[in-house]
Amino acid sequence: MAAPRAKSAAALRRSGWPATLWAAARTPRGAIGLTLTLFVVAVAALGPLLAPHSGEQFVTTPFAPPSVAPPLGGDVLGRDVLSRVLEGGWTLLPVAFAATAFGVVVGAAAGISAAYLRGRADGLIMRSVDVLLAFPQLVLVLLLLSIVGPKLWLIIIAVGLAHAPQVARVLRAATLDVSERDYVKAVELQGVRPFKVMTKEILPNLTTPLMVESGLRLTYSIVIIAGLSFLGFGQSPNIPNWGTMVNENRIGLETNPWAVIVPGLLIVLFAIGTNTFTDAIARVAIGVERRPQELAEVGDPDEEPWLEALV
Amino acid sequence: MVWRLVLRRTLLGLLTLLVVSILVFFATHVLPGNAANAVLGQSATPKRVEVLEAQLELNRPVVDQYLSWLGNLLTGHLGHSLSGDTLTGGGGQPVWELISPKLVNSAILVFLSGLIGSVLGVLLGILATLRRESWFDRITSVGALTVTALPEFIVAVVLVILFATGGLQILPAVSTLPPGTYAWSEPELLVLPVATLVIVIVPYIFRMTRAAMTEALESDYVEMAKLNGVPTWRINLFHALPNIVPPVIQVIGLNFLYLAGGIVLVEFVFNYPGIGQGLVSSITQRDIPVIQVIVVILAAFYVAMNIVTDVIALLASPRRRVAR
Repeated sequence: MAAPRAKSAAALRRSGWPATLWAAARTPRGAIGLTLTLFVVAVAALGPLLAPHSGEQFVTTPFAPPSVAPPLGGDVLGRDVLSRVLEGGWTLLPVAFAATAFGVVVGAAAGISAAYLRGRADGLIMRSVDVLLAFPQLVLVLLLLSIVGPKLWLIIIAVGLAHAPQVARVLRAATLDVSERDYVKAVELQGVRPFKVMTKEILPNLTTPLMVESGLRLTYSIVIIAGLSFLGFGQSPNIPNWGTMVNENRIGLETNPWAVIVPGLLIVLFAIGTNTFTDAIARVAIGVERRPQELAEVGDPDEEPWLEALV
Repeated sequence: MVWRLVLRRTLLGLLTLLVVSILVFFATHVLPGNAANAVLGQSATPKRVEVLEAQLELNRPVVDQYLSWLGNLLTGHLGHSLSGDTLTGGGGQPVWELISPKLVNSAILVFLSGLIGSVLGVLLGILATLRRESWFDRITSVGALTVTALPEFIVAVVLVILFATGGLQILPAVSTLPPGTYAWSEPELLVLPVATLVIVIVPYIFRMTRAAMTEALESDYVEMAKLNGVPTWRINLFHALPNIVPPVIQVIGLNFLYLAGGIVLVEFVFNYPGIGQGLVSSITQRDIPVIQVIVVILAAFYVAMNIVTDVIALLASPRRRVAR
């Protein structure tokens, strides 16, 4: 297949983020990533409509092997594995998307303000970031969930907060670069208020790091939230959820492994899909055949200073 | 020069830990109303709440509570666990007695996985760079991108299916140890947990090594050495290799940090008696003193590891030493 006329990274950046996404989707890597992601999203979204039974209904014996009636067999309590798989994405993916959105918005707001306002605001924000970075992400989330209990809103906020410091670091580095440019200086001289400078002049120039960060954080969100459900700190165990299923059906691996394999596979496909697509975005946007994390360590930081913080 | 930086980073680290301790204390102790009610849950009777409140010293002003908690923590008085007979009025097991064997077990797990993962990742990375664009390079690179996205609990469950319950039934599916024994007394229990963590960290170290080595081989000084007729093995060994040390140390440090959190899920899967599993069970039982100590220990490890990594990377790179 002939390669589509490749636009240069700079040209892509001028034509905006939809063009970058489109270009990424047309690379082989991006196409695979996007297909996997959309497939899992489709299963999660359409699944509840197609489920033959209710995921909470007992239809067979515990760990019944797959047969004609329950095609994927029964789970630990004799519920239909197929129905629980079809319903179990809708309780997982929206939470991951919400947590990602919350984390990216909070982190970006903190990072951009720190870099643009400098001085005390910068110091205060970045020291808070250091404090949050002193916990392993999962431990921070568990700490926040430990007393109030696993409430849905709290999971979203806790996972988002665990992402925010990393996002803030990346966006701070990116902003430091952008805010030195002439068009920003020009607007400042006209006496435009800092808030407006940040939202109208700086933010539109940060779409690439924002896209890459959102993709990376979405991958980590699904991993953390599925992990929480796996540990039993997700929503109620009655509610079908892929992470919960992997844990509760582990003890029946010998009689009905499908109750673990299928939900596990869906989590994996989604994580690999978003990660691969993000990789494609980064490659297209920067115009190099290397991943940002790697560039950050060894690459040319003068060209893309925000990469420096991506590690 | 370097020592001033070490001092500065250490002071900042201590300050961070102080704030961490405040955060941990307030998150577990004060925020959600009455911790005693939360601990006792359904079984709360006025009498029990009173006993527990006295034990947790909840009837004193918050700042007082925090200061005496911090003082006890710093002097090694970690208090008593709330689990077991505490709820009926007796004293629980001392937190330190409960945690110290778990701490040793977790340290073994983290150290072994980190060591094996680092060696494997660096070797694979160097091999892939030396055979760039070969099938080996392509397969390892795509494999690394795929594996980085895998959740550790899924890797663990897959290993259990392959080696413990399904295919080969040669390794134990759970790593439960009798209380009071350490992991080295039954090494086969370590195999699957270590393998899981190694699989999860190798791709990161591999990718960073490959990127750093590629960069070094494309550099001007390697070009210069080639023009001077230096043999390839000498170039690889003495010109390129020393220059990948700082970035590789950074990423190895980052992976040790990751391991401190990664052990939570992996220890839970295998029921391995470490602090990760201890954290999960103490949260399930709302055993606040144990939660607090484990989280503070993990945070201290994180902060210390960050400083150590930065300093080693700095010492390993003459260029960076001058730049700061």
